[in-house]
Amino acid sequence: MQYRFKIAGGDFSNAGTVASSVKKILRQLNIDHGVSKRIVIALYEAEVNVVAHAYSGIVEIDIDNEKLRVTITDQGPGIPDIPKAMEEGFSTASPQVREMGFGAGMGLSNIKRNCDILNITSEPGAGTNVEMITYLKPDAR
Amino acid sequence: MTIKEIAEKINGRVICGEEKLSEVIEFAFSSDLMSDVLKVDRENILLITGLANLQTIRTSEMSDINCIVFARNKKINSEILSLAEENGMVLIECPHSVFKISGELYNAGINPLY
Ligand SMILES: Nc1ncnc2c1ncn2[C@@H]1O[C@H](COP(=O)(O)OP(=O)(O)OP(=O)(O)O)[C@@H](O)[C@H]1O
Ligand SMILES: [Mg+2]
Repeated sequence: MQYRFKIAGGDFSNAGTVASSVKKILRQLNIDHGVSKRIVIALYEAEVNVVAHAYSGIVEIDIDNEKLRVTITDQGPGIPDIPKAMEEGFSTASPQVREMGFGAGMGLSNIKRNCDILNITSEPGAGTNVEMITYLKPDAR
Repeated sequence: MTIKEIAEKINGRVICGEEKLSEVIEFAFSSDLMSDVLKVDRENILLITGLANLQTIRTSEMSDINCIVFARNKKINSEILSLAEENGMVLIECPHSVFKISGELYNAGINPLY
């Protein structure tokens, strides 16, 4: 099964609508609650990152019997130093983002914690690609 | 404690989710930082916060948090309210500070997470 969603950068009133839709889909598919929760938290963090740090993004979800793959491709400033960005506490979030309760520099490490495989690639000045894979059987990790 | 007892203890006003007042809550977490809330593993906790915006509700939705206390009478606008209602959440407005609410509920036997 495949799903596709759009994310608008800067649009905080809609930040989370993609994660919310996916949460409902996973419930309908009867995915294990613990597994579904990890997917939804990781997706929400990545969605908020596009809203907070990029201009626009596309989310593609691919589900088969074994795993769920989320690919988020955005147009934005990109991430010049990915290992640095992964460090807890590193953030370039604007004051506006901080006012919304984000910008602690904890999102990427939380994404890593909540998916089984994480691949981030980025072209500074062009955009970022985040791929997250999660196995659907709670014991497949 | 039930949500109803919690609301009474802190002089809170329940603004939506009245049908859930008999649900029992054992753990609470106080935070204005949504990044921190998203790291909480336990479900069915009470969130005490001074941050009243749509992301408070979205973050709670993703974290399976069904009851939120807003400290210092933060204004809950209709957008926030309808998203909370859609998600079947209980929202409680409270005049006290996060510190006082946390202290009162801790004394009353609600457990901390960390
Ligand atoms: N999609 C993106 N495009 C451009 N930069 C990004 C993107 N995602 C993350 N970053 C960069 O990586 C940094 C760290 O991201 P991370 O999600 O860990 O923290 P944050 O978003 O700043 O704060 P938090 O997630 O705790 O609210 C960001 O501050 C930003 O500089
Ligand atoms: Mg982030």
